[in-house]
Amino acid sequence: MKDVKVLGPGCKRCDAAVQMVKDAAAASGVEVSVSKVTDYAEIAGYGIAATPGIVVDGKVVHAGGLPKAEDLARWIGG
Amino acid sequence: MSAATGSPRVAAPWPWLAGSAAGLLLWGLLYSQLQPFSGWLVSLLPIERHSHLGEAIAFFLYDVPKVLLLLTLVVFAMGVVRSFFSAERTRALLAGRRGGVGNVMAAMLGIVTPFCSCSAVPLFIGFVSAGVPLGVTFSFLIAAPMVNEVALGLLFVLLGWQVALTYLAFGLGVAILAGLVIGRLHLEGWLEPWVLKIQAAQLDLPPNSITWPDRIRAGLEAVREIVGRVWIWIIAGIAAGALIHGYAPEELLAGIMGRDAWWSVPAAVLIGIPMYSNAAGIIPVVEALLGKGAALGTVLAFMMSVTALSLPETIILRKVLSAKLIAVFIAVVGLGILAVGFLFNLLFA
Repeated sequence: MKDVKVLGPGCKRCDAAVQMVKDAAAASGVEVSVSKVTDYAEIAGYGIAATPGIVVDGKVVHAGGLPKAEDLARWIGG
Repeated sequence: MSAATGSPRVAAPWPWLAGSAAGLLLWGLLYSQLQPFSGWLVSLLPIERHSHLGEAIAFFLYDVPKVLLLLTLVVFAMGVVRSFFSAERTRALLAGRRGGVGNVMAAMLGIVTPFCSCSAVPLFIGFVSAGVPLGVTFSFLIAAPMVNEVALGLLFVLLGWQVALTYLAFGLGVAILAGLVIGRLHLEGWLEPWVLKIQAAQLDLPPNSITWPDRIRAGLEAVREIVGRVWIWIIAGIAAGALIHGYAPEELLAGIMGRDAWWSVPAAVLIGIPMYSNAAGIIPVVEALLGKGAALGTVLAFMMSVTALSLPETIILRKVLSAKLIAVFIAVVGLGILAVGFLFNLLFA
């Protein structure tokens, strides 16, 4: 099971990113637990400067804006 | 790169490039037909063209499609340009820079780095915790909302390149100087305590696979998002501008906002602080005010105050900055804008 965190204070884009992660997980068939991280201190701890950020199994793979669907499929499926 | 494993299909860029070219052509065609079209629309109305109402309606009908078309083009182009930049890359460029060069770079990067106000807090912490000096961070945060593509693009088209260039130069100037002053004051201790405690992890992002079709898509996405959000402001701004254009007597405005009324500059800055609009809504009003004899410095000060000193943004930043630091920020930027307003009215008398 993969653990995916979406980092963001809760703006529209962050919600869109969560949805993209869920869609990518459903498409790949990989079991994924998605959680949101909205606490500013915790977000900052990951070292990103722009939200939304995406963390897969503890590693930051994306920061700022929405990811590409193909990239997301690779991070989650690979 | 291991990128190939998951996505063997690489989209050919040419349909996107051809599509963009076709889009630009269509844009040009629409734009060239605006003047005759709006003239024809107004002539259909049972109103005397040179009455107050006729003037106001003509202004409105011509300006709304013109500004929306121009904005679409500018936002699209800037969306493409911004796909070459990221907050993380900007931060890497600025980390460890001393005041001076750092402030200049920060202000200029503020124009092109993608930035949305809901990212302001993560960006602020991300910069400061990665070793970007506080003053340099402020130069970025002041320039980003004030000297943006929407403001510059619209000023260029509605008021000419001289005004746009001056706005660019003075906007950057305010951001650089205010950042330098805040840096000199050494106010790091005035950050909220939890911000100073953050130990940010080293960021090591995998290389991204962005292609030209992605950049064009980023431009379209920017149009959908920004134009989708600000069109209502633009229409409101143009309606206000149309009323000013049609009804406001010239002597009155020249008396209130003209060069001789020195107090109008600080008044414009003060009124601008609680107002939250974007440049898109303000510029049509600015255009109309200038046409009625308002002084350029006063009007630019108003515009800078509205965009750079917005109440909602300072409320967001209050999470990371102490009230004292917020007060210093508003005072320093406000004084800078005030100076720009006075200087302008003096120089272009």
